[in-house]
This record gives sequence, C-alpha cells and structure tokens, in this order.
Amino acid sequence: MNKAISISKKEHTHSKAAPFITITKRDASSLKWNIAVRVIAIIAALALSAIITVLITGENPIELFSTVIDGAFGQFRIWGTAQAVAMLLGIALALTPAFKMKFWNTGGEGQVLIGALASALVMMYAQPLPHWLACILVVVAGVAAGAVWGIIPAVFKAYWKTNETLFTLMMNYVAIQLIKFFLKVADKSGSSTVGPSLLLYGRLPVLFGQQYMFNIIVVTALTVMMYIYLKRSKHGYEIAVVGESENTAKYIGINVKKVIIRTMALSGALCGLIGVLLVGATSYSIDPNLAGGNGFTAIMVSWLAKFNPIIMIFTTLLIVVLSRGAENVSMTLGLNKSFSDILTGIILFFIIGCEFFINYKIHFNIKAKSGKEAEDSGNN
Amino acid sequence: MSETVNEKYALQLRKVTKAFGSKVIANKDVDLDVRYGEVLAILGENGSGKTTLMNMIAGIYHPDSGEIYVNGEKASINSPKDAFRYRIGMVHQHFKLVDLFTATENIILGINDGTKYNLAKAEEEVKKISEKYGFILNPQKKIYEMSVSEKQTVEIIKVLYRGADILILDEPTAVLTPQETEKLFDVIRNMRNDGKSILIITHKLHEVLAISDRVTVLRKGEHIATVNTAQTSENELTEMMVGKRVSLNIGRSDPKDAQDRLVVSGINLTSPDGVKVLKDISFTAKSGEILGIAGIAGSGQRELLEAIAGLRTLDSGNILYIKPSDSEKVELRSKTPLQIRELGVRLSFVPEDRLGMGLVGNMDIIDNMMLRSYKKGKSVFVDRQPPKQLAEEIINSLEVVTPSAQTPVRRLSGGNVQKVLVGREIASAPSVLMVAYPVRGLDINSSYTIYNLLNKQKENGVAVIYVGEDLDVLLELCDRILVLCSGTVSGVLDGRTAKKEEIGLLMTKVNGVSENE
Repeated sequence: MNKAISISKKEHTHSKAAPFITITKRDASSLKWNIAVRVIAIIAALALSAIITVLITGENPIELFSTVIDGAFGQFRIWGTAQAVAMLLGIALALTPAFKMKFWNTGGEGQVLIGALASALVMMYAQPLPHWLACILVVVAGVAAGAVWGIIPAVFKAYWKTNETLFTLMMNYVAIQLIKFFLKVADKSGSSTVGPSLLLYGRLPVLFGQQYMFNIIVVTALTVMMYIYLKRSKHGYEIAVVGESENTAKYIGINVKKVIIRTMALSGALCGLIGVLLVGATSYSIDPNLAGGNGFTAIMVSWLAKFNPIIMIFTTLLIVVLSRGAENVSMTLGLNKSFSDILTGIILFFIIGCEFFINYKIHFNIKAKSGKEAEDSGNN
Repeated sequence: MSETVNEKYALQLRKVTKAFGSKVIANKDVDLDVRYGEVLAILGENGSGKTTLMNMIAGIYHPDSGEIYVNGEKASINSPKDAFRYRIGMVHQHFKLVDLFTATENIILGINDGTKYNLAKAEEEVKKISEKYGFILNPQKKIYEMSVSEKQTVEIIKVLYRGADILILDEPTAVLTPQETEKLFDVIRNMRNDGKSILIITHKLHEVLAISDRVTVLRKGEHIATVNTAQTSENELTEMMVGKRVSLNIGRSDPKDAQDRLVVSGINLTSPDGVKVLKDISFTAKSGEILGIAGIAGSGQRELLEAIAGLRTLDSGNILYIKPSDSEKVELRSKTPLQIRELGVRLSFVPEDRLGMGLVGNMDIIDNMMLRSYKKGKSVFVDRQPPKQLAEEIINSLEVVTPSAQTPVRRLSGGNVQKVLVGREIASAPSVLMVAYPVRGLDINSSYTIYNLLNKQKENGVAVIYVGEDLDVLLELCDRILVLCSGTVSGVLDGRTAKKEEIGLLMTKVNGVSENE
C-alpha cells in the first residue's frame, strides 16, 4: 500500500534492474525510533558545529556553547529571553488553528502589525476616555483589526479558492505600508518610530513591577486555552476534519466555508492580540519592524511542534535560545554575527532534516540478483 | 493457445505478472500477441487488469515476472522513454498537456534528439501526419481553446510524431460524442492500414465490434481468450467478460412488508466540468429489500448516491423520502447533509472512498465514530465517552482487528477500515442505507461479514441500496437490480431470476437500447 518514490541511478538500464534507491513511507514509526533519530540528530548537529568552530575560528567549542547558554539564561538576559519566548510562542499559537486546517497562513507578521497599528491609534487619541475604558479599547481595536486581516484572505479562499499563502503574504506588505503611512502622519519630525511620547493613553498594566510579566501571563493562558480548544472543543474537531479531508467534512455536513472563515478570524485575532501586547504592554512604540520577522519564524515553531501547543513551548525555547545565544556569541567572543547564524543554521538543518528519517525508509538495491530481498540490504 | 515468439508479431507478452502489495494481483501470467497492422481491442470489466497490462507495455510499470517481445526480440521497457525506443506509445485517459502551449509545442515538448529547435519544421511535420491519417487539427491552436476531442487528437499525434508503430489508447471513446467517436475510428482505421498496431481499451461492446480485428478478453487479471471479431458476438463476449456464474452462498431472505422509502424521480445532474452524469433517473427503494445498482465504473453510480446524500446540486428532478413512522414525505433535493439529518431523515451512506470521504485516515477510531455525533448537545466541548463506547462495541461485535480504539484508521487493513465505517453508519439506526462498493479490496471473510450485516439491516426493515461491481454478488444478495449505463437507467431486473449476461449486456448498452433486438 505504500507509495514508493524511486530514483533511478541511470537513465535507462538494459538489464531488468530495479531502481537503485527506493524510498518508502513508514507505516508507523515507533516512539523509540522517533526519540533515537532526534537524539542522534542533535548530537550530530552539535558535533558538526564544534568541528566547524574549531576549524574556522580556533575557539574552544565548549566555550562557544557555554556562551550560547549564557546568552539565553544569563543573569541580565533571562527576562528578555522570557519576553522573546512569549511573543514568538504567542504568534505560533495564533497560526496553529489555521495550520491544523491546512490553511497556510503566512500573514502572521501583517496580522500582528495591523493589530499593533490599531492599538497605537487608540493609544494616541484616547485622551478623553477613562483609563480602564481606553485599555479595553486598545485590546478590542487590536484584536478586531487582526481578525479582519485574517478574514479577508479566508473569504477569498472559501468562496473563490484563491491561494491563501500568497494572499496572506501580500497582506503583510499592506500592513507594513499602512504603518509607514501612520508614522508620516503621526510624527511630523520624520522619525522612523512613533514612540512613548505620543502613545500615552490606555497602556496595559505592568504586573509585579516586571515589564514583561503581563505578556508572559497572557501567553501562558493562551497556550492552555489553545490546547483545550484544539483537543477538546467542537470547533477544534471541525478544524481537524476540514484540514484532513474536505470531502469528509462535506460528507458529514460541516459547513467548510464557515469553518475556514471562523478559524482565520481567530488566527488573525490572536495575532492582533500579540500586536496589542507589543505596543500596549511592552514598548509603547510602533514601527514597521515591530514584529521582527516573528510572524515567519512562528511558522517554523508551529510546524516543528507538529501543531501541539504544549510542545510548542519547547520548540519556541529552542529557536529563541539559539538566536539569543548567537547574539551573545558575536558580542563576547568578538566573532562576526554571521558565524552564529551558521551555527543556528546547522542545528536547525539537522532537526528539520531528521523528520525525513522518521517518516521514510530507504532501501538500497545494490545487487538484487543474489536472491536477497531488497529490504535486507536496506537501512532500517 | 498462444503463438511462439517470432518476428511476425509486432508485440508479444509471455507470462506477464504484476502484483501490487501482497494481496492485489493485477495481472497473472498474461500472454498477448499483437500483429502488424491490426486493431486489437482489450476488453474486460473494472479491475480486470487492462490498464495495468497496458501500462507495463508503455513503461509506466515494470512486470514482476514474464517477458515482453517487440518484433520478436526480447525488450526491456523501464520508462515511457524506453517504450518510445521500441516505437510504443500510449495515450492515457487523462490528457497530459500544457494549456498555454499550442498543439505543436505540446507535441514536440520533451523531444531531445540533438537537432535544433525548429517550430516551423515541426509544424510542417504535424500537418503531414494530420493529412496522412485524416486528423483535423490546427497546429497553432492553443490547448485551452480546444475541445476534448481536439486535445485527444494532439495526444495521438504526439505519439505518432515520436514514431510509434504500436499505439495504445486507454478508453479513448469515454470522453467523446458518438460523432467524434466515428471520426476517431476512421483515423484508427487509417493508421491500421498504414501498418500500425493499435491496442484499444474499452468496455463498450458495440465499439469493439465496430473497430477491432481481434478481441482479447481479460478477467480478474487473467487472459481469458483472444478471438477474431468477425467470428464473435456481443453475447459471447459478455459471457467471456463476466464469466460463468459462481455460486457464493450468500443468504437472501424474502422481503417482508416492503414499503416505498425513497422515491427518486427524473433526476438530472451536470458535473462541475459540464458533463451530464445523470440523465432522467427514476427508481424507488423499498424498506426491507436490497436494491442493487450495477454498471461499468463511472456510469453515474457515485454521483447518484452523492446526490441523494445531499452532496450534489441537481439540475432537476425530485428525491422523496417517506418517513417510516407516519409516512410523511420529505423532499431531499437541494438540502445539505446537515439539513437532511435535522429533518429527521435517517439516511446512512458508506461511500466508495472510505478513507477520503467516509473516514479520516489520520484520526483514531473514536474520533471517526464521532464524525456522525460530535454536534450533539449544546456544550462547546466534545464528549468522547459515547463515541468511545461505540468504538469498543463495534470492535467487539464486528471483530475489528486493531491494537486499540486509539489507533489511526489508516493503519488498519482494508477490511477492518470498512467494518469501522459500516459499523458507524449502521449504528445510527438508518432507515435508508446506501453502500458503494462495500467489499472492494476485502478478503472473503470480511466480505461475508459485510453481506451479513446488510442482510440483517434488510431484515430489520431498512431500505438498502447496494452499488457493486461483482455481478455474482449482486445476483445473490439483491432483491432487485438496477442497471446504469452512461448515466441512464438501462434496466431494472429481479435479482432472483436475472441472468448474468442480461446484466452484462445492459451495462454496455448505450441508452439502454439493445442493438440485437
């Protein structure tokens, strides 16, 4: 029953030789195999990073790795890491329901930005309102704007089958341009950000004297809620069915259009919420680079976690630790910033690449004539 | 029976065998002889292995064992490119053309013979081929502007342009109007007179008689006979195609208290690509009986069931459901599956595509049970307890072999997948149960489990509609058999008295009119 992909070694052989390499999908990969492959991948990644470090820079690889750890969890950097994890995880969670539905929302960046822009507008002009009302309005405006940014491509997809990947991607640029326009209008000085001096009203509360605490609490709650929503709710079930098989969804009477639009409204709204947090609870400023590419990084985070919100905490940590560690490496060891990017690249390559070995089996048909089954010589 | 291998034959197959997986044997020890300058029809029911056999000649598949000889010499064909080196070309049922390119551009696409790309010269060549065999084609016309028959012409010329002497046409007439079919046959005759060998796959008997010189009949993957067309008849061919009646000992009780349950009258349906797939279909399904639906694959069976289930929008006609409780009539036309259920219509449907429609392959048995029931109750959360119980009940009562109820259904064997699906559909206590090819790919034991389940439903007063392909089964299981041909009802027979050949003939008769009568 397995679909086999064959790669022929030669253009055409005159003997009746079977193709040189046969790749078949594994029926069921055991948990042991899963873990073994991942452990091997991480060890191989670290080993290769160490070798490359020694060869190119002459630095001690142990020192390099400890610098990475220090960069993420060092005394003055741990809160920054927590904030970075919260924001990246928040966006990844927001994208996940869409991804589970196989709606490839690449517009997280734009949905965050448009939410941030809506909040910023409220924060700038909400002077007449009482503080509590302004706060609520900041949240509502940001969430609503994000939802709209999600609904637009969803409607086009549901009714006219447009390509959601391109559509959501292009919506990012629209959001960026709108922010640039806002900067021109709001701050006549020509500054590239609109800062705390202008965004004065409806700032969200700072909890326990810690600037990032509000964000961390919101995202923690979001993680739990998203897990329950996807695993236990009727909506979550519908999303899974639509994602797995639209035909089955129609067969049992799920309104596929409605589910697509509803889910994208949610996905966009939650991205918008992260935008609210970035402007209303963190920096009180806005610029086109506010999301910092996290809208795209979150796609990888969500995928690596196989769309499981709990596992997503760890994949987010992995990405954030790597990138913040890499920053620290370039600062303290005086290496070029690109070098840490190389290390990040190596580690991600191995982690993503090992998925192939988890899902597929490779058989080499060296000489099938000896009567040996192809499977025997294969790499199991 | 078969000739020795020699150069008097354009193509010969000896003991060619091909299996998919360990269970499905598509072709077994097939011998075939193709002469120079003849039209050989390959005839057989669905799943008789016609297309697989042709794909092996064309280099799409590689035989597990057996030999292929071209012009008396042993040939090794590993790819379509190899096949062209042996001057063999195949025109597939589904065209493979670039819409934005012209006819000529498509024809020369992929040719790399070392000569310079010269469109004008190629166009000349295409024109020459067209004139020689009587094709009507504008070589500069773009594919997206073409009719289906023009596209087919491009595909055939593509094969000729590459110098094929052996042409394989896979159901070429399935997409053509009768007039277009006539034109195609003229061209085929011209090619034959030019010395080319043409293999044509079809299951329309009158076409076989009209175009072929000889007919090879396949049944269940085996070569049954090759006969001269001039010396055979539709009846003989049908008999070879469907085989002698085999007794299966499926139980069949007499219907008790049969009442009209589903009245379908005059329904018409056009597919999204504009083809009329159902034409004026009327029938009644009664409680306590099994109504069989027979027909060549693609005669409208799938569309008919989907239309009743609320998955297709009809052009015209009515589908009336008569409630068992108070004989209230409910119109099902233009209702969604959800609306149908909300009206209290207890209609269950086991679709042909089990893992693509009836079930979700990546979900476990419990979640698949929940497909029908998850909406129950006002809570925003799903309650997995009832579906879990149902899953365990079905696993026990139908003896589903599975590690646990938490196993994704795609990991189960075909028979167990089907038990899960049928079990779920029966669990909702239907009054109409529609099943499409429920035993396809199942072993004997699982098949009988399914027959018994259907019989039990019938005895409980359910109106069962059974779409099947095995005529022996239809004849032993069903009380009445409705035969579909090209989207029309070509006959309704009594399951107890009908003859296998009768059904076979009705299946292959366009418009249900027998040409012999």
